[in-house]
Amino acid sequence: MFGYYLDLALRSLKRNKALTVLMVLAIAVGIGASMTTLTVMHLLSGDPMPGRSATLFYPQVDPTDSPSADSQPRDMMDYRSAVDLWSAQRADRQALIASTELKMRAPGVNLPPQMARVLSTTSDFFPMFAVPLRYGTAWTPADDAQRTRVAVISSDLNNRLFGGADSVGRTLRLKDTDVRIVGVLAPWRPSPQFYDVAGGRFSEGKTSSFYSRPEDVFLPFGTAQDIAGNEFNVFTCWGDLEGLKHLQTAPCVWVALWVQLDDAAKVAGYRRFVADYAAQQKVLGRFVHGDNTRMMDLMQWLDFNHVVPGDVRLQVVLAFAFLLICLCNTVGLLLAKFLRRSGEIGVRRALGASRGAVFAQCLVEAGMIGLLGGLGGWLLTLLGLWLVRRQPVEYADLVHLDGGMFLATFVLAVLASLLAGFVPALRASRVAPGLQLKTL
Amino acid sequence: MQIQPVLAALRRHRLATLLIVLEIALACAVLCNACFLIANRVQQVGMPSGVDEASLAGLKLTGYDPAQATDLNARVLDGLRTIPGMQSVSVINAVPFGQHAGTAGIKLSREAQKIVGVVDFYVGGPGSFEALGLRVVSGRGPQTSDMSAVADFLPRSAPVLVTRALATHLWPGADPLGHVIWCADRPYRVMGVLDHLARPSGGEGGPETREWSVFVPALPGEHLAGVYLLRAAPGQLDRVLRDARERIARIAPEVVVDIEQSQTLPQLRDRYFRDDRAMAGMLVGVIVALLLVTALGIVGLTSFWVAQRRKQIGVRRALGATRSDILHYFQTENFLIVSFGIVLGMVLAFGINLLLMTRYELPRLPVLYLPAGALVLWGLGQLAVLAPALRAAAVPPVVATRSV
Repeated sequence: MFGYYLDLALRSLKRNKALTVLMVLAIAVGIGASMTTLTVMHLLSGDPMPGRSATLFYPQVDPTDSPSADSQPRDMMDYRSAVDLWSAQRADRQALIASTELKMRAPGVNLPPQMARVLSTTSDFFPMFAVPLRYGTAWTPADDAQRTRVAVISSDLNNRLFGGADSVGRTLRLKDTDVRIVGVLAPWRPSPQFYDVAGGRFSEGKTSSFYSRPEDVFLPFGTAQDIAGNEFNVFTCWGDLEGLKHLQTAPCVWVALWVQLDDAAKVAGYRRFVADYAAQQKVLGRFVHGDNTRMMDLMQWLDFNHVVPGDVRLQVVLAFAFLLICLCNTVGLLLAKFLRRSGEIGVRRALGASRGAVFAQCLVEAGMIGLLGGLGGWLLTLLGLWLVRRQPVEYADLVHLDGGMFLATFVLAVLASLLAGFVPALRASRVAPGLQLKTL
Repeated sequence: MQIQPVLAALRRHRLATLLIVLEIALACAVLCNACFLIANRVQQVGMPSGVDEASLAGLKLTGYDPAQATDLNARVLDGLRTIPGMQSVSVINAVPFGQHAGTAGIKLSREAQKIVGVVDFYVGGPGSFEALGLRVVSGRGPQTSDMSAVADFLPRSAPVLVTRALATHLWPGADPLGHVIWCADRPYRVMGVLDHLARPSGGEGGPETREWSVFVPALPGEHLAGVYLLRAAPGQLDRVLRDARERIARIAPEVVVDIEQSQTLPQLRDRYFRDDRAMAGMLVGVIVALLLVTALGIVGLTSFWVAQRRKQIGVRRALGATRSDILHYFQTENFLIVSFGIVLGMVLAFGINLLLMTRYELPRLPVLYLPAGALVLWGLGQLAVLAPALRAAAVPPVVATRSV
């Protein structure tokens, strides 16, 4: 029976080509627009550490002397608090993070000096965030303690400087210091670059920079302090400006701490530990706000920072409004198409076709249109994503249509067209057999 | 043209009518809001910076030893000044649409706890104020005697100029001259008011804070070095900047030129608003596609109605209706349907706007957008209905005598 309906649908589609093309086009354009924006949204709002994000936490304390406008702790920590919490080793894994730019040269490589983005972190960073290494290894906790002059570099930098060869053992000159490369990352592109996310609520939705590439050089935290001195990226400062000359003691926040806590008991324990630390600092007179602590997990932290750019969210809303309009259109056209065939339907009904049969046949036809529209929508989505990739935004290279979204394109197209076809099909199935015969 | 019979006929096609009404309503709502969003973006993209953009370029050097900063300044100022076509080279901490360098919270008294705004301090060495081409609306511009050394990112104290927008925010209705703003425990007395000066990058508090800028005259030195403001005749700016980058390689081979930040102001502006332009372009695309789909929908459905009513049209023609009567019938019908849609659409437009206001901090939709949107949709409807209506008008009276 389904085959017969399919045949009827095909004949019907061929009979009024203009109307068919119009409907297929409407669905294709609507699906193309919504799937393009949805795919971008899907790629940007995903979990950057699937399976592990629920065990990663971002503790915060409030070392400031006056409350911020929204009385939240600042988005990063001062050096002392971050190092204190890290040194206590109360979590399963823990990584300090601060970033800087340093002048970089590679001896023996004929390239002018350039500025390298440097992440200053601790050895747990690599196993904790499952960072893949292509050559060599990460540094060890002993290197953290001894401030060894070692570095891990990104695969991009390795390609630029050494043509992708195994560069373990080679030297990089950072500012005035030589460091030895001990590890080279395999291509690694977390989306977003979650461990650097902060301050999103102040950026008015312009958050595409959260999707930039990881840093080129990774240094042990202490080593980076030795090399960069005072030149770290600072989140914000307060209080006496004369104190800014020594970042390690300055009233500034610029260090982040990530901890891994593998079960609920440890999470509760760590929350208590952070609260106790802040309370103790208040007693010591270093903190004013001893009770203003917080610890979000990775996804909560991303959410708090509104990582998905405002424009991307707005585009999704617009695209779906557009799809809705296209659907209204299709409903109207399907209605016209089915009712135009009232005579034919009347004959079929008079010859014994049940209402259900007419209904089913009309839906099959609508589904067909959806399938064709889905095909067009898929092509338009590819075109749309190609356009997004050509935009000069940080996430351009991440944009592609994965298998799930490919399937979703057709599912959405067919569902939408079945939805659009429902009322017209119901109408058509109500055509009374006798009445139509009389007018013929 | 009588409306009554048209309404009566529409009542027989309730569902189809309702669908077009809904489609028009949605189109109206999206159209008004999308146009409003575009207008907002265009306004932002066109915002005045207050400086002679066409004559200015920034040059940012990094990777030098801070101990060598004074020496670097001297080498750069001397070395670049002699480039043919260069009008001036000066030291500054930031340029509009470039990287921000002096963002800080300010207070209105030393003891105050409350920060009244996060502003951007432009710290400029000798010649930079004149090079920017800023317009002073009251008070005076900086003189050599106003300049002092920078302690960290600001001098310990200095006379400053504020923009009119910032002055209005800080001292509404009062003369800002002589007032003092405090950054931490340091006082900065207002000596002049600037017409416009956009801060380097966006303000934290939305578009109305885009001009919360303060100009601080200062002496170049260890904490004011590495960023230079180049001024050249507009036509020669690109060449002058290119020459300057080349010359840096000779006069300061140890530094790294930050290419991203070493651009002409038109280029920096272009990049700064790139996302807004892309979004506005996308919105225009949405509007065009939307109008097209809506028009095609009307064409499709009206064509169907015309085909369905061929016999009735024939009868009316046979009874004496003229071709223009038939034409007007379909035009009136479309006008009525679109009008229903517009009424519903206006309600919807305000609803969507309310949603955008809470989610994206957008201002309220000006009422003017609604009649404009209505006119567009009425026009679109009439245009879309024309072809099928003309086809209907062409139906000969003799059709009435045929059986089908």
